[in-house]
Amino acid sequence: MKQRWIVALKVVAHAACLGPVAWLLWHLYLSATSDPAALGPDPTHTVTFFTGRGTLRLLVVTLAITPIRRLIPKLSWLIRFRRMLGLYAFFYACLHLMTYVWLYAGFSWAAMVDDISQRRFITAGLAAWLLLLPLALTSTTWSIRKLGGKNWNRLHWLTYAAAITGVIHYWWGVKSGVKTPTTITVVLAILLLARPVLARRSAARKAGVARIPVG
Amino acid sequence: MLIRQKSEIPSSEITPKREYMNRRAFMAAAGAGVAAVAGGRALRGLAKAAPVDAAEQLATVKSPLSTQGLALTPLYDITHYNNFYEFGVNKDDPAKHAGSLRTRPWSIKVEGMVSKKKTFDIDDLLKLRPIEERVYRFRCVEAWSMVIPWAGYSLSEFIKQCDPLPSAKYIEFTSLDDPKQEPLPWDAGIQWPYTEGLRMDEAMHPLTLLTFGMYGEVLPNQDGAPVRVVVPWKYGFKSAKSIVKVKFVKDQPLTTWNLMAPNEYGFYSNVNPNHDHPRWSQKRERVIGAPIWKQLQPTLMFNGYADQVASLYQGMNLDKNY
Repeated sequence: MKQRWIVALKVVAHAACLGPVAWLLWHLYLSATSDPAALGPDPTHTVTFFTGRGTLRLLVVTLAITPIRRLIPKLSWLIRFRRMLGLYAFFYACLHLMTYVWLYAGFSWAAMVDDISQRRFITAGLAAWLLLLPLALTSTTWSIRKLGGKNWNRLHWLTYAAAITGVIHYWWGVKSGVKTPTTITVVLAILLLARPVLARRSAARKAGVARIPVG
Repeated sequence: MLIRQKSEIPSSEITPKREYMNRRAFMAAAGAGVAAVAGGRALRGLAKAAPVDAAEQLATVKSPLSTQGLALTPLYDITHYNNFYEFGVNKDDPAKHAGSLRTRPWSIKVEGMVSKKKTFDIDDLLKLRPIEERVYRFRCVEAWSMVIPWAGYSLSEFIKQCDPLPSAKYIEFTSLDDPKQEPLPWDAGIQWPYTEGLRMDEAMHPLTLLTFGMYGEVLPNQDGAPVRVVVPWKYGFKSAKSIVKVKFVKDQPLTTWNLMAPNEYGFYSNVNPNHDHPRWSQKRERVIGAPIWKQLQPTLMFNGYADQVASLYQGMNLDKNY
């Protein structure tokens, strides 16, 4: 992949990640000015699900990069997009958290403490955000060098924990019986299960290569 | 068989008879110059609605039981933000899919502990009592709320016609369950048909409304046409939609959401800010149709109807009987 193309694709990726936020801000502006119904009948709910689903989708896209590279070595250059997508996932998670603090808790510490201590879906959501925090903080090249590749990699296994916790948060948040989180759960499960399968496959290949001369 | 199916006119293209008659009545009235007699309000409504969706008008009288001093939720929001799982689990699904619901012919079967089984035709029910406009708060268990001008009369008037035995202690409502008219989505997670129930004294309470319309028009399909109940001091799911059967029983009936998750949705499900849903707070609610920065408001005990209904639950532990 030529550098020129990478740069062009990065511009596209930035636009794809920021576009929805621009849409949201534009509709917030509209709802405050000309069209009160711009964000639908329940704007709080609209913003909550918009930012929450955005976070999970971006996390899943981030987690898809490694299996795709394993399956199709030609697409190895995708690694150059992973950090950026991961940071956007954290950005959406921050917007989602702000939605809660502002629109549900009304900036009330008492309401937040009450929620965190009593409501497991809010606890899970906060835990997922906290799991992403160290990943965002160590996303600079400087911290990778400082931590060393191995430690940095180990730390970033937290992505799995964050994604799983995020999906659990989604299931606990919806009304019992509602199965809308099914799709994201299945996709995440496939991506997580793909890792050991692909790792074993490449290990078997290496072993196979080693055995052939003996035969 | 195939040929006949092909020649059938889609139900969506048939103008309901009542609607057609209504339009003719309007034309006749206008032509004869007696428009003023018909009442300014009904006429304005007709003239406005007829070209758009030709919704059927309901003449309503004012009621002292109507809640005063509240800003009404816009009709668009009440008809495009619905929980009616027979037509899909997303809030905008019922508005998209409920067009396939046929509201004529329609009747309510009355069964169980009654002196005689009966069937009531919807058009007879509409004539049974004067239709009143009742503005009520509406609070969903999902922590959002509306203010809706319903049209109907007290359910007690209907119950009197059913002639239940004194030994009947509860009333059970069954909603339409017809896969031909309703998609019954796979991801709804609840059992069909949808059933709900009330204790007899709750059902007989004057606030409990047998509802045929809102905003002076018949109920839109997505809001439970052609007939539903509205119990304003309980969470919205207690107010069963599109009712086809009413049964009087001795024991507390099994109800849909209670069966689904008994720890989350009690049989009573009175609006109660002091008893949280296990997974979210019921202390506050989001006002539908309000600007995003003004949506949050405190929830009132019995949804603001404590003065009228608290006596029904005297001596009961409402934290246990949620």
